[in-house]
Amino acid sequence: MKKTRPDLSIRIGLLRLQNPVLTASGTFGYGQEYAGLLDLNRLGGIIVKGLSLNPRPGNMPPRTVETPCGLLNAIGLQNLGVENFIADKLPFLRNLSVPVIVNILGQDIKEYRKLAERLSSVEGIAALEVNISCPNVKKGGVVFGTDYKAAARVTRAVRAAARLPIIVKLSPNVTDIVSIARAVEDAGADAVSLINTLTGMAIDVEARRPKLHNVTGGLSGPAIKPIALRMVWQVAGAVNIPVIGCGGIMTAADALEFLIAGASAVQVGTANFVNPKATMEIISGIEEYLARHNLKDIKSLVGSLIL
Amino acid sequence: MDQSTATVLENRFAAPGVYRLRIEAPALARAARPGQFLMLRVGQTLDPLLRRPFSIHAVHGSMTVDILYRVVGKGTNMLTTLRSGEGLDIVGPLGCGFSWREESPSLLVAGGMGIAPLFFLAQIIAKNGAGDKTSALIGARNKTELLCVKELKTMGLQVEAVTEDGSRGKKGLITDLITNRVAASRPVIYSCGPYPMLHAVASLAMQYGLSCQVSLESFMACGLGACLGCVAEMRSGDLVRVCKEGPVFDAYEVAWK
Repeated sequence: MKKTRPDLSIRIGLLRLQNPVLTASGTFGYGQEYAGLLDLNRLGGIIVKGLSLNPRPGNMPPRTVETPCGLLNAIGLQNLGVENFIADKLPFLRNLSVPVIVNILGQDIKEYRKLAERLSSVEGIAALEVNISCPNVKKGGVVFGTDYKAAARVTRAVRAAARLPIIVKLSPNVTDIVSIARAVEDAGADAVSLINTLTGMAIDVEARRPKLHNVTGGLSGPAIKPIALRMVWQVAGAVNIPVIGCGGIMTAADALEFLIAGASAVQVGTANFVNPKATMEIISGIEEYLARHNLKDIKSLVGSLIL
Repeated sequence: MDQSTATVLENRFAAPGVYRLRIEAPALARAARPGQFLMLRVGQTLDPLLRRPFSIHAVHGSMTVDILYRVVGKGTNMLTTLRSGEGLDIVGPLGCGFSWREESPSLLVAGGMGIAPLFFLAQIIAKNGAGDKTSALIGARNKTELLCVKELKTMGLQVEAVTEDGSRGKKGLITDLITNRVAASRPVIYSCGPYPMLHAVASLAMQYGLSCQVSLESFMACGLGACLGCVAEMRSGDLVRVCKEGPVFDAYEVAWK
């Protein structure tokens, strides 16, 4: 009997992905940066670098420092602004056959709304990821992500303005991530993604100075994976919308942990720096795992943790 | 730019704390330009996590590439354990290198490990028969850290060495030698080395109105222009990526601090 290949496709609300592997915002540029290194059309989707209404210069360097099994960054959301994105970056992305998800960040609710309206008016964008969790900017970002009422307000505003599925990216720098997840679900989010980076810092002891110009930064990489996994498991058990897992995924085994914990899809971030082909290897590894366990599709695996 | 597995041919002691890694990497050898770099994965473990950037030190024929590296931490320490025959995960060539101005005499100014990318530039200059129009000033703290002097002389360049302790060549700083060199010939300066040296070289170049290209160093996470971690400030106020718009910049455009 001929064995059929496992079905890797998955739905995130109205968004259909050919496989559950997305690139995390801020780690994959605008896609083009990786074009020569992997087949972009094999990805489940591309989430581009966070966009603001107006161009942002970002923080002064040094912006990154390596820590054991991790990377601290304080880029400060340097980006070219929504209009330049539409003019210069979207034409390349639009020609790909994979969904393009745009991560948006506003300084206030009005900006989130304007971004959602503008990006809903152009062709080639499959969904919005609402960033309420960037720890490296003073206004906006995590200010909205650490208070469930504010998180719900942003979500409602984007929901009302956008004609696209919306994913809200949650911050782990909170006491109770479940309450935030529930609040954005109630406010109309189609999905949640978690986790963004954990705030951290590093000090040069000889100089007694912080290693980052911004003093604190966001920690990513394998160091944060157990925390991310725990939060994904908690949130997946508490909401009825799809959860997208993110945080330190380097290999297919890491991604499988998140899927089993309840994530419908995953985002690969820091791994793209270490191994530009990480996403390709993860997709193949998930497929191989499903075949080996006689699972016909991803859905049979999602949330299948045995307790 | 490509990700590939190179084969280690040798990994040899070059000077105290400095190694020369020779790899077989045909695609890299063919595509590489002086001043470009590659991102190298030093091991399969998660700590150190990130790749390490190294400038391309030399290209031999169409197959072989040299990397000159100083052992400074965990990553470079792991690199010293590589043996010939082992595979090495590389991404490159990356970034914008030197643009050699054939019509003008060249002055290479290298401080310490700054010789790493300038040696490749010297190779290209010599290959184009311009070695005799080219001078190289090589500076180091002491004679054991003075690298590539003999090789550059063999290639036909006029080489002058300077050490901070006077153990070889003139005693002093590399910038002391620049004034003598530039008055008559008005060369284009190509420089790489520690930041204070680059700043001094750039200041002198501007003072004499000479064209000057500098290779900047920065901590890099991706090397691909994606993470925006390695930016340097330009006089325009822009923060630009050292890995993509650089690592070689026009000295006049850099916001020196």
